[in-house]
Amino acid sequence: MSILTSMIKKETLHLLRDFRTMTVVLIMPLVLLLLFGFAISTEVNDVKVVAVVDRHTDDTRQILEKLRVNPYFTFKGIIHFDEVEPMLRTGKTDAAVVFRYDGDRLRHQIIVDASNTNTARLSTAYIENVLNGHSDMPIITNTLYNPQLKSAYNFVPGIMGMIFILICAMMTSVSIVSEKETGTMDLLLVSPVRPRTIVFGKLIPYFFLSCIILTLILLLSYSVLGLPFSASVLNVIWVTILYIVLALSLGLLISTLVTNQVTALLVSGVLFMLPVLMLSGMIFPINNMPVALQWFSCIIPARWYISAMRTLMIQQLPVSYIMTETTVLTAMTVTVMILAIKNFNTKH
Amino acid sequence: MKNDIAISVRGLTKRFGGFTAVDDISFEVDRGEIFGFLGANGAGKTTAMRMLCGLSYPTSGSGTVAGYDITRQAEEIKRHIGYMSQKFSLYEELTVSENLTLFATIYGMTDRAIKEKSAEVFRMLEMENMSGTLVKDIPVGWKQKLAFSAATMHSPDVVFLDEPTGGVDPLTRRKFWEMIYRASSEGMTVFVTTHYLDEAEYCNRISIMVDGRIKALDSPQKLKEEYGAATMDEVFRIVAKGAKRGD
Amino acid sequence: MNLRTLKILLKKEILLMKRNPFIPRIIVAMPLMVMLILPLVANMDVKNVGIAVVDNDRSELSRRIIADMDASEFLSVNGCEFTYKYALDLIEKGDADAIVVIPADYSKKIILGSMPKIEIDANGVNATKGMLGAQYAAQSVSLTLTEWMNGQGKDMPVSATSVMNYFNPTLDFRNYMIPALMVVLIIIICGFLPTLNLVSEKETGTIEAMNVTPVGRMTFVLSKLIPYWVVGLIVVTVGMIIGRLVYGLAPAGNIACVYLAAILFSFVMSGLGVTIANKSATILQSIFMTFAFIMIFQLMGGLFTPIASMPEWAQYFTYFVPPRYFIEIMRSVYLKGATISDLWQQYTVLSCFAVILCAIAAVTYKKRS
Repeated sequence: MSILTSMIKKETLHLLRDFRTMTVVLIMPLVLLLLFGFAISTEVNDVKVVAVVDRHTDDTRQILEKLRVNPYFTFKGIIHFDEVEPMLRTGKTDAAVVFRYDGDRLRHQIIVDASNTNTARLSTAYIENVLNGHSDMPIITNTLYNPQLKSAYNFVPGIMGMIFILICAMMTSVSIVSEKETGTMDLLLVSPVRPRTIVFGKLIPYFFLSCIILTLILLLSYSVLGLPFSASVLNVIWVTILYIVLALSLGLLISTLVTNQVTALLVSGVLFMLPVLMLSGMIFPINNMPVALQWFSCIIPARWYISAMRTLMIQQLPVSYIMTETTVLTAMTVTVMILAIKNFNTKH
Repeated sequence: MKNDIAISVRGLTKRFGGFTAVDDISFEVDRGEIFGFLGANGAGKTTAMRMLCGLSYPTSGSGTVAGYDITRQAEEIKRHIGYMSQKFSLYEELTVSENLTLFATIYGMTDRAIKEKSAEVFRMLEMENMSGTLVKDIPVGWKQKLAFSAATMHSPDVVFLDEPTGGVDPLTRRKFWEMIYRASSEGMTVFVTTHYLDEAEYCNRISIMVDGRIKALDSPQKLKEEYGAATMDEVFRIVAKGAKRGD
Repeated sequence: MNLRTLKILLKKEILLMKRNPFIPRIIVAMPLMVMLILPLVANMDVKNVGIAVVDNDRSELSRRIIADMDASEFLSVNGCEFTYKYALDLIEKGDADAIVVIPADYSKKIILGSMPKIEIDANGVNATKGMLGAQYAAQSVSLTLTEWMNGQGKDMPVSATSVMNYFNPTLDFRNYMIPALMVVLIIIICGFLPTLNLVSEKETGTIEAMNVTPVGRMTFVLSKLIPYWVVGLIVVTVGMIIGRLVYGLAPAGNIACVYLAAILFSFVMSGLGVTIANKSATILQSIFMTFAFIMIFQLMGGLFTPIASMPEWAQYFTYFVPPRYFIEIMRSVYLKGATISDLWQQYTVLSCFAVILCAIAAVTYKKRS
């Protein structure tokens, strides 16, 4: 056991000495959480609107007044029809409302910059509401779970899914491979230390580092981001630990397959980071993807982890709702671990 | 007079934080001399050499190499020296001749001179059929001879060798020293660090560095007389007694 | 600067690039992956919003409201429950995104002239889907209601609004994403790869062999960057060709505007990349720095979420995020046919970033320690 502790100590010191990387590793998750929580949103407000009016009447004046006071709009003034296109093109306005009188009947046309389709659709819907006086329509809309539509903690699961892959898989594989490159790994392997001890000596410090990051993320989520606190935090913790173990095994597996740092990096980057960002449902909804990619996303661990975290953290549901996810994650962990250890033993 | 002195150093010092790697060293090296720089690992040899080559700023002290000031004229110095490091300074993924051409062009040799000189190098090293081989595929001993050739192809005034014979067999080391002698006979000054004490015997003069300071400096013969020792090995043991750094 | 030296150094870089087992593959695979797969993935179009209905009315009107919603393009009614609790279950299982509650005796009360309210509860976990889904549902309900009231002889004006969608008339989200995705290509090829290249020369020690020669530092850095600039432009070209052939999207504006922006942005990224490399001793360090920048650039540059949706402080922050300008230019040129004079501000800022970052890169590159 003393060999293991001294190996862990050596690795920990090594990690701590690289002060800059440690700072980035510890601060980045928090910055990402805050950015996603408070800066990134798809909410549409402050739609810039101009109006084209060929005849001013009480009706048009009333509608323009409504546009002016509505907090969703920034009214940019009344312009000539010829100016609409250039203003849209240069981005000085997002939409234009054109009022025309067809005899006595007021007709409106909404011209919207549709380059971003979602913004365009929502802006159109807002403007239509104002134009058609829907305020007295017999419909009320509410939002569940996330009442202000502030997605402050919406992205927490996604960021966790990404960070742990980054720390565990990428850092461990690069660090093991760099020992291979400098030859210190051979030194260890010819020593009486058992390969198992070497592997654990490498992995345990990263495991603890991940646990520290998990603690930081949870503290921030429950305090600043206002994630509702409940007993489900215990489930969050054990599912995350399962995921961390999986990611560590992945890192070990990569390190047995490649021989230099840059390759380790590119492999873990291309095989893990990109798919996590793109296919895990972190940013883009999975059910919008073509079916083939939806199937492909099933082999990405982060997809299952993120989905489990959403259920636990945001919807605050009991464990029975994440049985599929945990089963898949466990199966993946066991498979990858067996593969990694087998590979490590045959190589050394 | 100045033309006869290739390297001259006064009170050269390098500190990293509170650690003094090179502590107030002074010496002179004559033109065409083979100057050995001895010391245990960590004695400060490489740090001193890096200051002379313009890779590192001295904390204090002054000096000239090939007539140029080491603090202010580092880029001028670089035109007039060759350098070979214990880590291979050649590109592993380039072929032998691609490496030679790269370094020779950087030193401003004409295409024609490069062609002639490379042919000569290949003949001398008996590796005519290897010019198209990637450097990573040739044996260590040849890599080092090749690195030396790359560092001397442009006939520099001074050539710096940082533990050039690390990890090669005695026969190759002998051949390597023959190359050093040839370079010296062509008028190049050779500044070589080593921790092989038998190699020290091949140098015109040697200095022994202990804990960042020069503890002894003279020809091998005189040093042996001075310390009443039969071999350089003994001299070194006497001088380096009480060293705090190194292994 | 010595042109002959630059030429031989360039030759060396190109040979090393060609002999590297990964770089050529990345150069081919990157644009294909980014331009072929990402537009399929990065699809934030809101379709198939699942609706769970709690129908407490069970009248002809309520059945019509439900049928109309199910028939509408963007909505699908996934469950008709008797209690709110069951509907909520559907949301929690992920089968529905919004609940529409029709109150008891709804149609009777409407005929009597009072205005009972239909309640629409959207799942806020996915804010865009929730918001848009609720809007779609509300539109569908009000349309049905208007038709029905008119059929009953009650007056409820038909909407007199027509909508014109400029610049992206088919409302295809891909058209919005594809031009901006080039930013990912340039960030990786002109920013990340040169960093990796420089730092690995540091780790193998060959950079020392260069530093001890008379090679000027500008010559050396340029020899590192020029190949990646060229590759960057090739990759952007391939990206544009894929966009044209596969997705039928060609720039509405001048192609020269695209290239000018791509060149400026390559300068920006390579300046940043070299600076990071100069400041890192190991590959691991450089990766974490680069990764931090890539994340912030992609998130704050307006690639996936609109900058206009950010809070004010974050919008100010994006002024310091160079990709923001590149993305704006690409989208405007591609979709709106904007010209250089329309976008002179963006081009100017991008040029300033290029000059500043390249200057920092040159200053921080040290031949001596």
